[in-house]
Amino acid sequence: MSDPGGIQAIEKEIVEEFSLFDSWDDKYEYIIDLGKKLPPLEEEFKKDENKVRGCQSTVWLVADYNNGRVFYKAESDAVIVKGLISMLIRVLSGHTPDEIINAKLDFIREIGMTTHLAQTRSNGLLAMVKQMKNFALAYKLKNTAKI
Amino acid sequence: MITGSAIQAGIDVVAIRKQFPILDREVKGKPLVYLDNAATSQKPQVVIDALVEYYTRYNANIHRGIHTLAEEATAAFEATRDRVKEFIGASSREEIIFTRGTTEGINLVAYTWGRQHIKEGDELIISGMEHHSNIVPWQVLCEEKKAVLRVIPVNDQGELLMDEYRKLLSDRTKLVSIVHASNSLGTINPVTEIIDAAHSVGALAMVDGAQSSVHLDIDVQQMDCDFFAFSAHKLYGPTGAGVLYGKKALLESMPVFQGGGEMIKEVSFDKTSFNDLPYKYEAGTPNIADVIAFKAALDFVDQIGREDIRRHEEELLQYATTKLEQVPGLKIIGRAKEKVSLVSFIIEKVHPQDLGILLDNRGIAVRTGHHCTQPLMDRFCIPGTTRASFAVYNTKEEVDELVKGLEKAIKILI
Repeated sequence: MSDPGGIQAIEKEIVEEFSLFDSWDDKYEYIIDLGKKLPPLEEEFKKDENKVRGCQSTVWLVADYNNGRVFYKAESDAVIVKGLISMLIRVLSGHTPDEIINAKLDFIREIGMTTHLAQTRSNGLLAMVKQMKNFALAYKLKNTAKI
Repeated sequence: MITGSAIQAGIDVVAIRKQFPILDREVKGKPLVYLDNAATSQKPQVVIDALVEYYTRYNANIHRGIHTLAEEATAAFEATRDRVKEFIGASSREEIIFTRGTTEGINLVAYTWGRQHIKEGDELIISGMEHHSNIVPWQVLCEEKKAVLRVIPVNDQGELLMDEYRKLLSDRTKLVSIVHASNSLGTINPVTEIIDAAHSVGALAMVDGAQSSVHLDIDVQQMDCDFFAFSAHKLYGPTGAGVLYGKKALLESMPVFQGGGEMIKEVSFDKTSFNDLPYKYEAGTPNIADVIAFKAALDFVDQIGREDIRRHEEELLQYATTKLEQVPGLKIIGRAKEKVSLVSFIIEKVHPQDLGILLDNRGIAVRTGHHCTQPLMDRFCIPGTTRASFAVYNTKEEVDELVKGLEKAIKILI
């Protein structure tokens, strides 16, 4: 962890927070709490083109590029998904496209949420991760093109 | 966990549960409460044994082999056909076509009879509560033939508007294809009435029996449907096997579906003559093992007795409906007078997916989402529901677990 504030450091923080919970109920209560606290997405962004495909619930995801870093905002109509989004935003938002593209996101497995990665059709965590990385890749390519 | 009332509605649920090894397992450290039976049922030991027995003792390709294994496999495979004929009251074994499942049965009719008979301007009627598998094949057909697909509307209780149906019928109507029991609402549709009305304008009638074959006594002759499709896997049988029933004269007159081995009489490069029913529609090596094991499932059902199963499930439905209605904010979607044993519901301010995840966390398996009936969900202006669907091995205690699980989930979610 040579990079304080880097993606891996934040992932480690989350894993440590989750190590405090000894039951699944507690883990989910925490994720639901995160979901409830996720700031709502402005209505103007809640349109079809911002929907993440592959989710049973509706997820809207938008990205912004500022000073070489990608910033995400997202919302869902399902609160557990919102909690998962909140964690992904915490980990990935504010980093460079390369950092985001290369992020391994091992924390998802380490906190025991891999089932949500597998269930692509039901809640689409994988679809969200893919979409977030796609945004990063798009900004990277756009940048390279400018140079 | 399942102790108390062993005997419910005349059947010994404890003894029945013992026949389903999967019901012993735990999920997330809790005993499994399996309430997703409308998606697929669990399998009794006799079905699992039949599969193992086939692969262990007499696996062989059927119909043409001269050796002992082929003869045994053929006999077992064809025994299922006789058993299915009896189970649904068909008049002849030649009317029983083995398919991969309900979806393939419907597609078979759409691709053969449909392509032969449907012409520009013809009309097909389905209902507003169809599964996508009884919508899309007809849509594709209508698009290809420039025919029109008409839809019988559904009322707020989740019942078909029969007067509207009669208004849709005309001499342009060529086929009415209707779900017998809705997988999302549980509604049992008055198929006999629907079929009679279709016949009165000269149209054929197809019934999607995926759900009804599990819960109701099926008599295709009494129903007088022209086609009836269902799946083994919802009926305690294996996945990947199903049945299309069709009236013999119709099946005989229809063109072939898939070409290949088994379905031919003679092949030369100039001309191929096709096999007789039912083999005409069973091209290639069929799903031998699963078809054979399906017989064990049907025997299992009839050993308990369909009437007793129906009464047990009816009791569970009533119990679940009463209990669920008491959950604050819960609204049952589908209040038809006649229902199979499933309850679909929504809870105010709670997304079904969140419920599904939290219930799973307590070992409770339900289905959340649109249940492959998106147009129906649109009708009720909801993105989806949570659905608990019951089978012969479910108990009132499991309904109580569901209700407890819901109450706990709601507390966390709201």
